[in-house]
Amino acid sequence: MVAKFKRQYGSGVEPLTHLGQNYMVVDRSLIPEILQILHNEEQFDYCVDLTAVHYPQRDKQFDVVWVLYSFPRNERIRVTTRIADGETLPSSVPIWATTNWLEREVFDMFGIKFDGHPDMKRILLPDGWKGHPLRKDYGILQQDNEWVQINLGIESGQ
Amino acid sequence: MTEPHTLSPLDLATPDKTFLDANELVINMGPQHPATHGVLRVILRLDGEKVMGLECVIGYLHRGVEKIAENRTYTMFNPYVDRMDYVAAVSNGLGYCETVEKLLGVEAPPRAQYIRVILAELNRMASHQLWLGTHALDIGAITPLFYTFRDREEILKIFEKYCGARLTTHAFRIGGLQYEAYDGFEKDVKKFVAFVAPKIDEYEELLTTNRIWVERTKGVGVISAKDAIALGVTGPVLRASGVKWDLRKAQPYANYKNFDFEIPTGQNGDTYDRYLVRMAEFRQSLRIIQQAVDGLPEGPVMAKVPKVMKPPVGEVYHSIEAPKGELGYFIVSDASTQPYRVRVRPPSLVNLQALDVMCRGAMVADVIAVIGTLDIVLGEVDR
Repeated sequence: MVAKFKRQYGSGVEPLTHLGQNYMVVDRSLIPEILQILHNEEQFDYCVDLTAVHYPQRDKQFDVVWVLYSFPRNERIRVTTRIADGETLPSSVPIWATTNWLEREVFDMFGIKFDGHPDMKRILLPDGWKGHPLRKDYGILQQDNEWVQINLGIESGQ
Repeated sequence: MTEPHTLSPLDLATPDKTFLDANELVINMGPQHPATHGVLRVILRLDGEKVMGLECVIGYLHRGVEKIAENRTYTMFNPYVDRMDYVAAVSNGLGYCETVEKLLGVEAPPRAQYIRVILAELNRMASHQLWLGTHALDIGAITPLFYTFRDREEILKIFEKYCGARLTTHAFRIGGLQYEAYDGFEKDVKKFVAFVAPKIDEYEELLTTNRIWVERTKGVGVISAKDAIALGVTGPVLRASGVKWDLRKAQPYANYKNFDFEIPTGQNGDTYDRYLVRMAEFRQSLRIIQQAVDGLPEGPVMAKVPKVMKPPVGEVYHSIEAPKGELGYFIVSDASTQPYRVRVRPPSLVNLQALDVMCRGAMVADVIAVIGTLDIVLGEVDR
């Protein structure tokens, strides 16, 4: 399967294996097509997880990772793409309904927006919160003081 | 009984007009509500007593576990995972330890694997017992709560004797176990298996053919296998919809491949089938515990693990079958002592997402039954 992708898309897809687990690094522009093919043709019918990793030193700061599983094949694969800060991704809610909340969580924690998502808003933090806590430049003791003072009526949550 | 819904999970829009052309009623439930099992807020949109749609508001218990992980060493983060699904702390620890072991390239010795399986299965039973007691209580049956909590106590006593804690056990270490099983561990486990087997029949006698129970659960909160897969639902909820899938069989971890057990499934995907599946899982867990304790090998319980752990650069995803579904850990290492990123894939969060689809067209009272049957723990939903 991966070899087929490689033939078809050339340098846009880089298949890798680490500790016996397969994953591929896919160019941002190929993401909608590849995810669609994985779901429709390669039977990856279950999107296990969607998350991101922040690398502030890189040009393309974020790794966005889809963990996919196929019930018929009993096989897992991860799809990773690299995007810059402020860049958006197409929503995969039409492909896997489960990504609805997962994309909201990625937005909440990293500030990555998904185009075409039915309800792109924060999920764990309150709506008016400033900042995205899982970015590396967000300190572990940092908080939105203004929000805390207005909404909780206390000087600081710490 | 309500008719099974025919909505696809993608059909997120609902009509504004209600059945009688009246305005729809928006009702807030929670976050402080005894039947939401924690701080879950549900905004219900009602037509009379019929649910037209609902929205979950979560995050009230968000503690930033994933952020904490990036600021702790691999060993220091281990106790934190117990605080996610606090009624199945052993399973959380098992998933985390195995993921880090995978990154490090070590494997726990056989004796440790067996003890892990025994404790994890005991914890699965404790989790299901808590679920059964509270779920039945929500629906109006008070008695099962006393029965299940009486028997759950025996499991917690074994945990307490083994590692000193009853709930947030921190039972496992990366590379194996810190403690050898105490003297009489095997005897206690065997005694418990003999004690609890007839008790499960007792629970079933209380509920399985109880007319009120059947009326309140049959045909309630139906989800089809197709919808369940699209929504990423796992665990007993998926199996009750007829999908025979369990990570212990599909992608065996620990040493589950050595044990003989079955995957119970349902057909209708309703609340009653989910109850039956979990009841059957009790018995399968007992089978596994019995086999593990009979075959418990001698030997060390800790593999050779460096004192300062610096796993090589790379990322790994590993998941286990927790009592509530697929619990996954995605860990990125940058070869330092602290993980670069830890992502927890919580079964409760993803299963909770199906609540909307399962409640459409049901009565308000059924929402309580469906929240109960999903078996969510808000500590894990929000992390």
